[in-house]
Formats: sequence, C-alpha cells, structure tokens
Amino acid sequence: MTVTPLGIPRRLLEFTIDGEPVRAPEGSTILDACRAAGKDVPTLCQGDTLTPKNACRVCVVEVEGSRTLVPACSRRAEPGMQVRTDTERARHSRRIVLELLASSVDLSTTPGVAEWIKEYEAKPDRFGPDAARLNEEPRIDNDLYVRDYDKCILCYKCVDACGDQWQNTFAISVSGRGFDARIAVEHDAPLTDSACVYCGNCIEVCPTGALSFKSEFDRRSAGTWDEAAQTQTTTVCAYCGVGCNLTLHVQDNEIVKVTSPHDNPVTHGNLCIKGRFGYQHVQNRG
Amino acid sequence: MDLHFGDSMPTDEERAAVDALLGPPESSWEGAAREGTTAADLRWARGGRQARDRRDLLLPGLHALNDRVGWISEGALDYLCRRLTVPPAEAYGVATFYAMFSVKPRPATVLHVCTDLTCTAAGARELCAGLESGLGPGVHVDRSPCLGLCERAPATLAIRAGDPARTAVSAPATVREAVLAATAPDSAPEEPAAVSAVPQAGSEGLVLLSRVGVVDPASLDDYRAHGGYSALRRAFALGPAGVIREVTDSGLVGRGGAAFPTGRKWQATASQPDHPHYLVCNADESEPGTFKDRVLMEGDPYALVEAMTIAAYAIGGHQGYLYVRGEYPRAIHRMQYAVDQARARGLLGDDILGQGYAFDIEIRRGAGAYICGEETALFNSIEGYRGEPRSKPPFPVEKGLFGKPTVENNVETLVNVLPILTMGAPAYAAIGTAKSTGPKLFCVSGSVARPGVYEVPFGATLGELLARAGVRDRLRAVLLGGAAGGFVRPDEMDIPLTFEGTRAAGATLGSGVVMAFDDTVPLPRLLLRIAEFFRDESCGQCVPCRVGTVRQEEVLHRIAQRTGAAAADDIALLREVGRAMRDASICGLGQTAWNAVESAIDRLGAYE
Repeated sequence: MTVTPLGIPRRLLEFTIDGEPVRAPEGSTILDACRAAGKDVPTLCQGDTLTPKNACRVCVVEVEGSRTLVPACSRRAEPGMQVRTDTERARHSRRIVLELLASSVDLSTTPGVAEWIKEYEAKPDRFGPDAARLNEEPRIDNDLYVRDYDKCILCYKCVDACGDQWQNTFAISVSGRGFDARIAVEHDAPLTDSACVYCGNCIEVCPTGALSFKSEFDRRSAGTWDEAAQTQTTTVCAYCGVGCNLTLHVQDNEIVKVTSPHDNPVTHGNLCIKGRFGYQHVQNRG
Repeated sequence: MDLHFGDSMPTDEERAAVDALLGPPESSWEGAAREGTTAADLRWARGGRQARDRRDLLLPGLHALNDRVGWISEGALDYLCRRLTVPPAEAYGVATFYAMFSVKPRPATVLHVCTDLTCTAAGARELCAGLESGLGPGVHVDRSPCLGLCERAPATLAIRAGDPARTAVSAPATVREAVLAATAPDSAPEEPAAVSAVPQAGSEGLVLLSRVGVVDPASLDDYRAHGGYSALRRAFALGPAGVIREVTDSGLVGRGGAAFPTGRKWQATASQPDHPHYLVCNADESEPGTFKDRVLMEGDPYALVEAMTIAAYAIGGHQGYLYVRGEYPRAIHRMQYAVDQARARGLLGDDILGQGYAFDIEIRRGAGAYICGEETALFNSIEGYRGEPRSKPPFPVEKGLFGKPTVENNVETLVNVLPILTMGAPAYAAIGTAKSTGPKLFCVSGSVARPGVYEVPFGATLGELLARAGVRDRLRAVLLGGAAGGFVRPDEMDIPLTFEGTRAAGATLGSGVVMAFDDTVPLPRLLLRIAEFFRDESCGQCVPCRVGTVRQEEVLHRIAQRTGAAAADDIALLREVGRAMRDASICGLGQTAWNAVESAIDRLGAYE
C-alpha cells in the first residue's frame, strides 16, 4: 500500500509578487510562490530534490526593505513581503550572472540558458577574447560516466547529492578556492580510486551536462546524440524488491541513458549502480 | 557514511603529529597498527555520531600536520580522516581551501612576504625580488596578503615546520634580515613589543589602550593590579540582564566593520530557548591595513579573556571560541598563555571568582583565508568545513556555531565592554558623538611619520588623526576602511570619523583602517592589488563574486596604462559587474569587492 504523507496543515501566508497579492503555504520559498503564480524566474543551481544552495544567484529578486537582492530559491516567504521579480535591478544582476558564467564556462548543454541569454540580452563576449575560462578537459576514467568540468558552474548539487542529502557516500567535494575551485575527489585522483559507488545520482542532478553517461558523451562527441529522436519509457527496475522507477531513454533501439522520476516516492530521482547503469543485458543481443 | 581510503600510509612523523593532538588511536578502525588488532576491533566500528562529533578537530589536525611537516600528504590526510571519521574528499576540500596549507610537497620553511598595499608602497616588490634570488631552494617564498604588520612595513613572516614549529617576523624587513629569519628563525632578533605599534602609549586618557605597554602581557597579577577583573566583578553584581542593559545603553556597536548594535545582538541570543549558547570572538583580522586586534591581543591579552567571560555570562554561554588568524603567531601564543593562566587561577573554568559560573575559552587558529572573518564562514571553519559563508537568514543569534544561538564579536568590540562596566554606560556614552559612542581604534599606516594604532574618541576628523600620525607631504589619497572600504581625497580632511559622518561623506569607517598614500605610488597599481586580493580571497561559492572578481582584475590590468576615452568602455563594464557583485553576492566580501575601485574612479578621478 502506498501511503501518501499529508503532513501538518500549513498556514497560508499572504504577500505580494509584482504588486499582485498571492497566498503560499508557510515554509514555501519565494520561488515556489513565483512558480505557483506563473512567474518565470530562471534557476540553475536550484534542484527539486535538494536543499537550495543559492550559489548561482540567477534567481535573485528584489524584496522591499532588503539592502541586497535575495535568492528566490532559498528565501522563505514571509507575510507582508513585497517581492518584485522583474525590476531593472534584478534583471541587471541576472544578466551579469549569465554573462559571467557564459564567458567562463561551456554552457552548450545547459537547458534553458540560451533562451535566458537572449531574454536578458546578455553579451558574454564583451569581456574580451582574453577573459579567463575554466579550460578543463573531460575526465574519462571509467566506463560509466564522464566528468567534463569545463561545463561545471559549481552549483554544489552533485556534492550535496553524493553527500548527506542523498547518497551518503561523500566521494566528491569542492576543492580549492575562488575561480580555481573545482569539484574533485580526494587528492584529485581518478574516480576509480575514490569512494564513488557509481550510483549516478550526481548525473541526475547536474544542471549543465558536466556530468553525463559515457553513452551520451560518446554520442555527443560523434554527433549522433539526438534528443528529439529519443523515447522515454518509465518502468520498474527488476534487480531487487525495492521497486524503483526507471525511465529508459532510448535512441535507435538502444538504451542511452537511465533516469528516475523526481516525484517518485521511492527514489526521488535516485538510483543505485544497478538501476542506473545495469541496462547492458537488455541490449546484449549476441 | 561508508569511508573509503587509499593505500597511502602516513609517515611516523605525521602519525605522531596527529596523535599528539588526538591521543593514540584506540583501535585499528581509527588507524592503529594492524598487530595491535584485538577481537573487539573486529566487532565494533568506532565511528558513528561520537566520532563525527569531533569534526571540528579537522582544522587543528591539518595545522598539526602542516606545523610538523610543512605540507599535508595523502597518507597524512587519510590518517587524520580515519581518526575523525571524515570523508577524505571533504578533508581534501578543506585542506585546499586555506592559503597556508599545501597538499603538494614544499620546503619545511615558508617565508610569507606581505605584498599588500602598505608593504608594496614601502618596497615589497624589491624585497620579494631580492629574497627570491637570495634564498636557496630550501625556502618557499609566498607572496602574501596583508600580514597585519603595517606599522612596520614591509613585513615578512617565516614559518619553519618542525616539533615545535618556529616562526620569525621581520619588519621592517630588509633582504638580509628576512633571509636570516627564514634560514635561522631561532636566532632572528626578537620582534619589538606590541607597544611599539602604539605611538600614544602611556599618555593620559587612553581607555582601550591604557594597559598596552604598561602591563606585562604575561602577568595576570600585573593585569589585576591595573584594574583587571573589576569589570567582571561588576558584571556578576549586575547579573546577565543588567550587563546587557548597560551594553545596550552605552550605544556600543560592532567594531569589525558592520556596526551592528552589540546590546541587541546579545539580547537576541540570550533570549533564545535553544541551548547551549556560544560566544565566538572574531580575531581573524584580515582586512588589509588592520592590526588593532593584534596589538590588543599581544599587549593586553587578559583584557580579552575578561571581556569574553563577561559577554558569555551575559548571553548565558559556557563555551567560547577565540578564532585568531594563522598569520598572528605571537598573538596566538600570548592568548593561549593568558587563557591557561586564567584557568589555573580560577578565572576560567567551573567556578569563576567563586560565583558558580562556568566558562572556558578554546583558541582556534585560522589558516589564511580572509573570508573566514565573515561571521558564518568562521563558524564553518571552526566546525571543520570549508570556510564558506552561509546564507542568512537564519542569523547567528538563532542558528550560529554548531547550529546553536551564537554571539560573534570582534576583539575591539569585546574589549570596549570593560570600560562600559567600570565607568558605567552613561559615562561611556558621553565619549564620542550621540550616534557613535565611545573610543575607537584606528590603524594608521602608509605615508605617515608615526604609523600605528591610535585611540581617539568618535568625532575626531580624518585630518586631526592624520596630523597626529604625522602625515607626510604630497598626500594623494587616503584609503578608509581597508580593501572593502573606499578612497577619499586629500581635500576631504574634515570628514568626521564617525559611522554617520563617514556615511554622509559616502565613505565607510569599516574596521578602522586609515592608509595614506603619496603620489609616488601609481593609483592603478594600488587598485590592481586590491582586485588581486579579492580574486584570491573569494571563496568561490557564488557566481557574482567568483567570476566577477576575476573580470574586475582583468579589466584593471587592461586599463592600467590607459586614461580618458581609452578607458571609458572598460570602466562602464566595471560598473556593471560591480553593481551585480554588490547586489547579488552572498556575503560582504563580494558585496564590497568593488567599493575601493569605484571610489577611486569617482572620487579620485583615476584613469581620467
């Protein structure tokens, strides 16, 4: 029997977003309320299954009485708050954040970012051809997934998913400081020498494609990755009795990626190595 | 948590360094030798909550290794992680966060050469060049941010790993003296007493600096003979609520830069139902040009011990942490001695002055990170995590150190509590102006005849302070408030040195830095150094600061030799990036990283 937890009834808070009165349950973030009200606030480091880290600052909004802009993803709504999502000030910071990221990181596989760059009229090129970039090479040290840190925006989501928020493996951490900060295992060793258990839950939460299935990475390199031609089928993992939902991404009759629905009460998007990567037997046709 | 360790083993020396801090390992689970394995070892995994609760010993453990060996090897880090049940990846992230640690082999002696503003103006570049050619491969020369020795610029700090580690300050440094300090730290000449940084020493009317140079900083009896511990007696007579009332009525606000009312902070923490309450003293004095807290700790250490005891008593705390920056070996040594003496004499411990009140102080050492002066980053640093700021709310008064209600105050703020209690709030509030009460310490350095820490009542003008310090001719600019502050012009000498006065003038008092520059130092070079500083010290957590500080530095490089229309486009770009850093960064570092550059462009007409 599936039990749906109802939780304690929550009070509704009244406040305004862009001058319009809204009501949101106590404990909601400004972002929750914005989305419920149909406001488009861009996000990168926010994840539906993780505690907000508010590191990317692309979701900043103006709150009356606050000296600085506030991150919508993590700031809880308060009664009487006056939130403005689309002021010149908020748009300016979002534009600069997009420019700073796009001028230093490869955002070519980040969903949504191209539209935001257009919408906010961001011009990453204006920092000049000599602007410092991450300049990282893809790290291919195992058969299952690739870490391409040239695409990493340092959102901390993989670290949180690997650590105390989901997997409790603690194989990766942020190392270094400032612009030189990178996601790394201890002593910056290959993944195969680390505590990694290859659950792939970091890939699940990565917002930029910096972490990807080897099958996806290889197809992208060969130019044969075609998301439009892929089908997604959600099924139940057959490896053990837990009953995790798997979503199989299939292209040309081959499984190319496995994810899990984030709203699944069993997995919350998380899997183990068997569910995530143990699909080869399905396509072993020899 | 399922910990994974590599095959690297610690050397005997590394093992001994960790064991000296944590005691010998109890079982092979904690990394004891295999031959000592007992049957019990195979049955119990001694990890769990009890082991994880010692996570805050990670930073002291890293210090122990770095002090003994000079760097942190794979085997050493793994052993420390086993002892504390910390995932090696996280410990690696912490070790690589701090500038004073190295995870790559390096010589046992590291010579930190300050290349920050005052020292650069005093010839740090030439010093560096001379040192690099004069020192062999046995010494690693490290270009360092401000070492807090600005009154004796240019400054160097030599640290030689060993048992114990040795340090030697050379300031003002010549190539010969710095080479001697680095190659033979034990035979280097004794550093001048703290009082040499206090030109007013011994004069009448000093409140905060009255004992510096007068008492023997090692002697508790001397401290008591000069009025020490009378404030604590008064505090016990008033009771915690009475102390908070006095501090509130005195109008004391934080001296670390943010100027938050101290009484309100104490009240908010004291009234929290969650326990325990912690007191943290922020002595991570890293704002370039600031050295007042060092002088206080070196010259009058028991005053800080007494002040921390009073603060903790007021907020209902029984444990205090004193976080001193790693670049201050003498202050750390003096404070440790003072804490030990006070404990031995019953002025710390279970029953202070026979009043049944228990309080103790633990000293924690920073390891080279400006960001750890941010209050929540400092909590993370103490707790054994990367010193990254937390997002607020929740504020520290509600969830601070170890997630508990915490008061964090700067050294100078706390030391002000002593005169408030001895002279009474009304008398204290009568010093200074109506909105900025009390005496204030200013760190004057640069182009002045008598650099040092000056105590003046709030309300003195910038000109009066600089005249007292003997400002030299051809003054070009004054930096108020440090790298996070701003420049003012030589014709703005009538700015009153109060919070409201500087604010009205569009400047900031910050931590009390007053750096004078004459026209021999090119302004673009100063700005570039400030930009380098922020780029180096950004923790990297949020995008506006992590990338914005890099872009700011790049632009300043580009326009270093340009003026007028040739620089106009780049200055416009700087303004846009600066505005986003100020608006959207998580903490004060990113929010203020553009202040000084902006003020130089707008007030001084740099690049015109």
